Amino acid sequence: MKLSTTILAATVLAAGSAMAEPVAPGDVQFDEYGAVAESLTGQPGDVENGAVVMKSKSVGNCISCHKVSALDDAPFHGEIGPPLDGVGDRWGEAEIRGIVANAKKTYPGTMMPAYFKVEGFTRPGDAYTGKAPEGPLDPLLTAQQIEDVVAFLVTLKEE
Amino acid sequence: MKFNAMTAVAALMLAVPGVASAEPDDDTLIINGEIEMTTKAELPAHMEDANMDQIMSGWHFRSDETQALQMDDFDNSGMIFVDEGIAQWNAVEGSEGNSCASCHEGPESMEGVRAVYPKWDEDAGEVQTLAMQINDCRENNMGAEPYKYAGGQMANMEALIAVQSRGMPVNVAIDGPAKETWEKGKELYYTRTGQLELSCANCHEDSYGMMIRADHLSQGQINGFPTYRLKNAKLNTVHGRFKGCVRDTRAETFAPGSDEFVALELYVASRGNGLSVEGPSVRN
Ligand code: HEC
Ligand code: HEC
Repeated sequence: MKLSTTILAATVLAAGSAMAEPVAPGDVQFDEYGAVAESLTGQPGDVENGAVVMKSKSVGNCISCHKVSALDDAPFHGEIGPPLDGVGDRWGEAEIRGIVANAKKTYPGTMMPAYFKVEGFTRPGDAYTGKAPEGPLDPLLTAQQIEDVVAFLVTLKEE
Repeated sequence: MKFNAMTAVAALMLAVPGVASAEPDDDTLIINGEIEMTTKAELPAHMEDANMDQIMSGWHFRSDETQALQMDDFDNSGMIFVDEGIAQWNAVEGSEGNSCASCHEGPESMEGVRAVYPKWDEDAGEVQTLAMQINDCRENNMGAEPYKYAGGQMANMEALIAVQSRGMPVNVAIDGPAKETWEKGKELYYTRTGQLELSCANCHEDSYGMMIRADHLSQGQINGFPTYRLKNAKLNTVHGRFKGCVRDTRAETFAPGSDEFVALELYVASRGNGLSVEGPSVRN
């Protein structure tokens, strides 16, 4: 697991300038239903890292609101959002990418945070310090982390 | 009593395997076998449009073990701080040679006070919280330094004053001159803040009873404050809790004692009109 992340990081470094820059949060193209057809990085997502992002409290912390049976090794799944089992049957990759990047485009007014958005907040803080931010905000997840989560979610099929 | 509550819950868990935590329970809170508390009440009239049909104390959302700690003052660690509050009550401090007792006699004279704060103060021309009133007395009647707004000594004194009203219904006034502050508090309650864009209402009105990771969301009522939290093993003030919740939305918080938190306190208190004063309560 750790190993594959390292290899991925090394590949990204090696590929360097040859690769396109990831899409910036303000430039993501949502269609009228909130889906995002194009990969945010042009790189395939890493399924295993997607799982880690979703479980980790300090990263995506998706399971604070969603139950995901495939992530049962991590304790305490919340109930605020729908269980994500079988989500890969209900939605295509573009729809899932749209929901993870900014769920408000798919579900207006939803409680789910927008993970790839940096503007338009009321009193945003510097992460969980309670203080004002010192500079521009980073999105909650990086473009590649979004792709990793998307890659993981499309694997969730009801057998 | 304790035995009954446990049996009821055990039976429920047998009947519905796997959903032990989801719903607030139906236990009854009686303290020391004598003070019967109202922990569920009708929606106050001003909450007609709220997305809920009953108001409930945070006590219902805690585990049986945590609930039991509040049912007997010998088990309630918050009562230790009430004792510290008594010592503070009798201590002469400041330039005027006064203690609280010099003007108010015993702490029993505070019966009923917790239930109606925050309230409009005609002389000051503003809504005052209990903490503001305490510091007003310290500065103007004792010539003493104010307590830190959400600090330990303030929490002790609030606990001592709250306990005099235990079992009385919260009954804060929201009309007349307090109305404007109340409206401001209401607006803050429904504003989605921070990078997570969550309002108090998202968690405590739309989602109470649900789990958010390991936490069982309550209605975020403040009738039990100050609260002794097992998590930090101390008494926690209302504004301390507000600050934590706002921070958890990845927002820049307001300061304890700020106009915003005073307004929010009046509003949140009014959402509990009809529940018993429970402070000091025990939570996790
Ligand atoms: C604060 C709560 C919350 C968090 C945190 C959260 N979600 Fe959601 N999510 C929701 C809610 C609520 C919905 C349902 C949409 C609606 O109706 O508002 C939802 C819907 C979804 C859906 C569509 C599910 C379906 O079956 O149609 C997906 C996919 C999803 N979320 C993925 C994620 C991922 C991935 C993360 C973390 C990176 C995440 N969520 C974090 C609350 C949350
Ligand atoms: C992301 C979710 C979330 C948001 C948003 C949130 N809270 Fe909370 N709050 C919690 C959790 C979790 C707890 C601990 C469990 C409980 O009592 O609900 C809590 C506890 C509380 C308590 C203690 C209740 C008790 O019985 O001791 C109060 C009061 C409170 N919140 C008020 C607020 C207010 C006011 C706001 C808005 C400024 C707010 N909360 C926003 C999650 C949230």
